[in-house]
Amino acid sequence: MNTIRNQFSSLHQLREKAPVFLAALFGITIYASVCNLWVPEESVFYVSTYTITLLGKYLCYALLALAVDVVWGYCGILSLGHGAFFALGGYAMGMYLMRQIGDRGVYGDPLLPDFMVFLNWQELPWFWHGFDQFWFAMLAMLLVPGLLAFVFGWLAFRSRVAGVYLSIMTQALTYALMLSFFRNEMGFGGNNGLTDFKDLLGFNLQSDGMRVALFLCSALMLALAYCLSLLIMSSRFGRVVIGIRDAEDRARFIGFKAENYKVSLFVYSALLAAVAGALYVPQVGIINPGEFSPLNSIEVVVWVAVGGRGTLYGAIVGALLVNYAKTRFTAIFPDAWLFALGALFVSVTIFLPWGLMGLFRGKKLFNRERLPWFKRRKNGGETE
Amino acid sequence: MIKHIIGFMLLVVTAVASATDVAETDLRQISQQLVGAKLKALPAVVKQLEAGGESALPLLEAMLKGRLYIRKSDKLIVIAERQDDGDYALVDALSAESLEASPKKRLKKVKVNNRLRVQLREIIARVTLSSEDPKIRESAVRNMLNKMSDRNLALLTKAKDIETDKKVLAVIDLALAINDVNNTNSQALRLAALEVMDGSLEPIVFNTLSSLLARDDAGNNIEADAAVHAKAQKIYDRIQQKIDFYELLEQVFFGLSLGSVLLLIATGLAITFGVMGVINMAHGELIMIGAYTAYVVQLLMPNSLEYSILVAIPVAFLVAGAVGVIIERCVIRFLQGRPLETLLATFGISLILQQTVRSIFSPLNRQVSSPSWLSGSLELNPIFSLTYNRLYILLFALLVFFILQLVLKRTSLGLHVRAVSQNRDMAKAIGIRTEWVDAMTFGLGSGIAGIAGVALSQLTNVGPNLGQAYIIDSFMVVVFGGVGNLWGTLVGGFSLGVANKFLEPVTGAVLANIVVLVSIILFIQKRPRGLFPQKGRAAG
Repeated sequence: MNTIRNQFSSLHQLREKAPVFLAALFGITIYASVCNLWVPEESVFYVSTYTITLLGKYLCYALLALAVDVVWGYCGILSLGHGAFFALGGYAMGMYLMRQIGDRGVYGDPLLPDFMVFLNWQELPWFWHGFDQFWFAMLAMLLVPGLLAFVFGWLAFRSRVAGVYLSIMTQALTYALMLSFFRNEMGFGGNNGLTDFKDLLGFNLQSDGMRVALFLCSALMLALAYCLSLLIMSSRFGRVVIGIRDAEDRARFIGFKAENYKVSLFVYSALLAAVAGALYVPQVGIINPGEFSPLNSIEVVVWVAVGGRGTLYGAIVGALLVNYAKTRFTAIFPDAWLFALGALFVSVTIFLPWGLMGLFRGKKLFNRERLPWFKRRKNGGETE
Repeated sequence: MIKHIIGFMLLVVTAVASATDVAETDLRQISQQLVGAKLKALPAVVKQLEAGGESALPLLEAMLKGRLYIRKSDKLIVIAERQDDGDYALVDALSAESLEASPKKRLKKVKVNNRLRVQLREIIARVTLSSEDPKIRESAVRNMLNKMSDRNLALLTKAKDIETDKKVLAVIDLALAINDVNNTNSQALRLAALEVMDGSLEPIVFNTLSSLLARDDAGNNIEADAAVHAKAQKIYDRIQQKIDFYELLEQVFFGLSLGSVLLLIATGLAITFGVMGVINMAHGELIMIGAYTAYVVQLLMPNSLEYSILVAIPVAFLVAGAVGVIIERCVIRFLQGRPLETLLATFGISLILQQTVRSIFSPLNRQVSSPSWLSGSLELNPIFSLTYNRLYILLFALLVFFILQLVLKRTSLGLHVRAVSQNRDMAKAIGIRTEWVDAMTFGLGSGIAGIAGVALSQLTNVGPNLGQAYIIDSFMVVVFGGVGNLWGTLVGGFSLGVANKFLEPVTGAVLANIVVLVSIILFIQKRPRGLFPQKGRAAG
């Protein structure tokens, strides 16, 4: 009895799974950082700052994928709008960075960001106040996406909008946000977004040290989020969530308030996405409404699908692999990337329903029994 | 028999030709006097040309606009228009026959001065006013409405006595009334004139009344006569009301037009989504394929642009339908009962299709030209007109919708489709080939997407991202109307379109779109199954 309880306790799960992942993550990040900062440039071991930034970007994507996996893999909520939370977090960080520019902008206005001067605005809009304080910006970075996720989730889950309906709603949400952020009147820089950042907390964003610090910070956040998610998912809360995923009606009949669980999980996931966005913006140096585009959000889903959903580490591996492939592909054959991405969507859903991680869990790549057409032949033409 | 008909036709053609020839030769002699004539001698020649009546009209008008030239080689009088390449396109001034284009140095311009222009305008007005076609007479009077001069006034007063056509007469009355209001002092005459102007929607009437009701800087009425002012105010209000009404109608029409596009797109979606339960994210790309089919068909038949669009409709249906069947056979059937995975896989297909089209046709936008019967507009009154392309697309969308209803309700395919959508296992048990029905249903939905693409090619440019612009909105239509219910799609499409267009003047186009999206998101919370949810067993 005791051993069984131990098996399922969250700390046990954490002890079981986290070390390998954490070791791998920190091994790579520390190696890369050291090789960037202390190895001379001509050495073969030197890691360029470009690579560091690229890796940092990948880690932010991995965090975003983790956020999607938490809701999709564990609760069956396929969100096609997680890019919205990611971008909102990014915009909060971008606004802070924008205020940090101060009078170093092209127009040299001490208060107004360049684009506002350009649009002939006389004073700072009310929602820009307070963003010169780092703590305030970070608070907003968590609160705004969290609140949006709460309101949206509360409305949606309470009236039991589920399945593809929910997916389309989330897509519409991010699409609506994209349209509104494209408008100049919104006060977020319109089409061009926020860019030309100078420094973060007083440190120059272009310096190697800052780049490495951001990279390490991303790794740290990813590790934290991974451990926290693992703890949550193997706790009682997580088991209920999985129960809701597999049989929502039964969970309700037993007496669990499914919508409360779903809303909490959705908000948690949105917060992870927002943090990812906030870490992403200082590393790439720009945030614009394109981040809200439905294509971005749906790409995240593919990373998770490729890695294997419902495993957490699968999402991270998927995000890293697909993005690495994207970087290589777009450099070698820029036109072929969409073909490759499209083929990835189709082949993963048909051949690898549990992603790459499914392979390591005893589900072989070409397990004939799993393929629909074999199943049908076996059952004498039965499709279901 | 055929020989006889051809012979008869030849006879008619020659008869017509000779009849015009007589007038033309006379005119030609007169007009040849323009060649080498001094500026002083021109008025006399122009005066003679008036005898030619309407056949001299193009020549006179071209002369007024300074586009009349003499070809140096054979002293022929031509109307010339500058082309893009710098040469001048020539048309014979009298026979309207197209001639070979020629550089400017081979042409000599017929000079016109102001005195001549006045004379020309007068002659043109006189000729058109005495034209046999009431439409030409009407447009002649309408042209005069905006620039009333004493000469025009005299002309109109004369024309009024001999005019028999009621419509033309009404316009003449209006013109005289506007003149009376502005230029006479008699109160009775002005009041009567105002009476005539009542209810007219001509912009000039509205302007006349506005200036009549204007106030000077001190806030006093410019119009001294109180009775006239009061009457004008009353009529002004009534016209304003009418204008408001027509503006409302126009908004409704634009809304219905947008709604018809959404309907066309959403009907295809409603079939694949509603009947098969498959979310087809590649629907937008099937629309794009339809639009590109229209483009290709147009390239293939460059000599009959007028009808290529009619050919494109069935071709686009077949092409997009075939692509749809291929998608269903190769991908979707393996993902049955897993809607979220289907969504992802079809999204992947949409990326592949987009990139394929981008590789074949380049990412640049292509233009599908509209046939002449689709361009222009139906003018119901001076301020309200319906453009033909939008009108036809509205009718076309409804036609497609009803044909689809017939197919689903009256054919054996429709019966099978409904059976499978209600209870797949039972349908299979009684011998329906569900696999085949799935493929056909998906093909049908995709084919309709292709047709929608042809319709869209008449409204916007054709590019690889064509489908994406509308796809989220059309998903909203399907969700709003209720899945599995085509009538819901109809109501949903039109209400979304109209709501969008009514919000636009208040909020601007983008914000209107956002407001509509958000309100649908909220609406779905209230009624998760849309406006017209499926009831009974089929709802499961």
